Amino acid sequence: MNSRQTPTPSAPRSDTRSWLRDHSELGVSVMLFALGVLVLTDALTMDVDIAQRGPVGPTTVPIVVGIGLLVIAALLAFDVMRGGQGEAEGGEDIDLSEPSDWRTVLLLGGVFLGFAVLIDPVGFPVSGTLLFWGAAYALGSRHPQRDPLIAAVLSVATYYIFNNLLGVPLPGGPLMGVL
Amino acid sequence: MDSLNSLIDGFGTALTPINLMWAVIGVLLGTAIGVLPGIGPAMAVALLLPVTYGLEPTGAFIMFAGIYYGAMFGGSTTSILLNTPGESAAVVAAIEGNPMAKSGRGSQALAAAAVGHFAGGLIGTILLVALAPTIAELAVDIGAPDYFAIMVLAFIAVTSVLGSSRIRGLASLLIGLTIGLVGLDTMTGQQRLTFGSLQLSDGIDVVIVAVGLFAIGEALWVAAHLRRNAAAPIPVGRPWLDKSDLKRTWKPWLRGPFIGFPFGAIPAGGAEIPTFLSYVTEKRLSKNKNEFGKGAIEGVAGPESAASASAAGTLVSMLTLGLPTTAVAAVMLAAFQQYGIQPGPLLFEREPDLVWGLIASLFVGMVLLLALNLPLAPVWAKLLQIPRPYLYAGILFFAGVGAYAVGGEALDLVILLIIGLIGLGMRRYGLPVLPAVIGVILGPAAEQQLRRALQMSDGSVSGLVNTPFSVTIYLIIAVLLAWPLLRKKFQSRRNVSA
Repeated sequence: MNSRQTPTPSAPRSDTRSWLRDHSELGVSVMLFALGVLVLTDALTMDVDIAQRGPVGPTTVPIVVGIGLLVIAALLAFDVMRGGQGEAEGGEDIDLSEPSDWRTVLLLGGVFLGFAVLIDPVGFPVSGTLLFWGAAYALGSRHPQRDPLIAAVLSVATYYIFNNLLGVPLPGGPLMGVL
Repeated sequence: MDSLNSLIDGFGTALTPINLMWAVIGVLLGTAIGVLPGIGPAMAVALLLPVTYGLEPTGAFIMFAGIYYGAMFGGSTTSILLNTPGESAAVVAAIEGNPMAKSGRGSQALAAAAVGHFAGGLIGTILLVALAPTIAELAVDIGAPDYFAIMVLAFIAVTSVLGSSRIRGLASLLIGLTIGLVGLDTMTGQQRLTFGSLQLSDGIDVVIVAVGLFAIGEALWVAAHLRRNAAAPIPVGRPWLDKSDLKRTWKPWLRGPFIGFPFGAIPAGGAEIPTFLSYVTEKRLSKNKNEFGKGAIEGVAGPESAASASAAGTLVSMLTLGLPTTAVAAVMLAAFQQYGIQPGPLLFEREPDLVWGLIASLFVGMVLLLALNLPLAPVWAKLLQIPRPYLYAGILFFAGVGAYAVGGEALDLVILLIIGLIGLGMRRYGLPVLPAVIGVILGPAAEQQLRRALQMSDGSVSGLVNTPFSVTIYLIIAVLLAWPLLRKKFQSRRNVSA
């Protein structure tokens, strides 16, 4: 449901910041536009002479998608300027009355990135432990003994279940080499 | 009765000890994950997909079917005991189920929901057995233009029937189509959007997209708005129904499937509309109208049965046409593709063991659900108390496991995180996630069919509309595009009656 806001086109310059905050959805428009440009550039710079078979080559669909992205970016911008607003998604554990806590999101992103970097050198059991422990900490859990213990048990158990029982290989790392 | 024989063969497949074990594990895992607050069936199946990687296809899908039905069952437990449904299909269950739980009739609400799922699933799956082979037979002759039309129908349906804003739905679809473009062009081997990266030339795996959008996106979004003091679940005992309850529930259980099944089979948003319709129907037919809104058991029994039957209906279009109508079906389609199996009319001919084993295991799964979960309900309810940091840390953890399991590439984890951040942004700005997932899954297939159709007609656009089937589908699309007018009427009625 689009909640209509009173548009503020005549707001004075000093309100630019709050105007931008209210219209941050324009950022989505910008992203879609950039994505459209990216897709179109990629399609138009493609060297298609190699193996064109049939009337529709490998560039047709990307061009259609790219143009679609540009059109939708414009339509979305238009909608936002008219006061349209995407409805933030609700949920069981979501409290939309509080402002967004981007610090936690950044921390979680960092922890996950660390997991991606560490999984090959140190193996899954260790990197998985750090992932769970770090994520739980970022989300506000403060049990200096219980958190790492749960993380380690979960990681090692998952490693054994996937690697040994289900036949889905995960890297053991140096630790599993020792054990 | 050809399909009856095939079904009996299917039971032969599903009831081997090893497959039975996969079914039990699937049902238990599915229920456990589905009960967890914040996890709907779509995220549950996406997260549990890697569990099936090491199995052969039949066992994997039998387990998968158990996970699906288990997750639906678990989801209604959450909405009854917590009153904050994680997904649209469970909203109706909370309307009557939660007041029942509050007034000490939680056990009856859980039992009505459980038997409702059983009845709905049973009748829905019987309808699936009766109809799917016929539909597959009718669809066997359809060619490239028809497939393309069906996929366009899916695109239009997910963007315009669901969600509140078509522009945002289309934006989501286009994001999905773009992700689907990454990799080598299937017909010419041309690199597209790979930026010279060897790993990207394989394309971005659908599982990574699904897990990224559903699991990582959701976990990050919740993290940004985590409720500091989570709602306390209502404690319950063992589910049971006495005679007076049974008297009130048996008709809703039987009516629900006939509302749910047809809606599941068409791309109309899965269980959302049929559960609501079933609720309205039961309210109208009930002798206890004054109880509605305060905990009428009919209002739990009917909609839950409709929801379960709509899941069976979803499988009809997924298996016979390769057309996913819900997020769960989309993930399932991805799972099929993982094994190099393309659902569609030929599936019943090419993989009879797999399909009929899967269908038989749906029956097995429902019996298991009823037998295991009624006594276990108090145990499942304990899962609602899991500390939220552990819950969402666990989601990130298993999402990581799943993405790594796809190909053993650490780079996939980075892609997963990026897609998760896209999912976070989409949730923040009200872009529905499902169109993106459908775009990724169906986009490449749609392109292939389009190019095949145009190849046959030498580039003439008339090649897309030269069959009665495709013309019919385009007519349906035209109706869908005119849907907002009808929808407005529907909603104003809904506001009056709700």
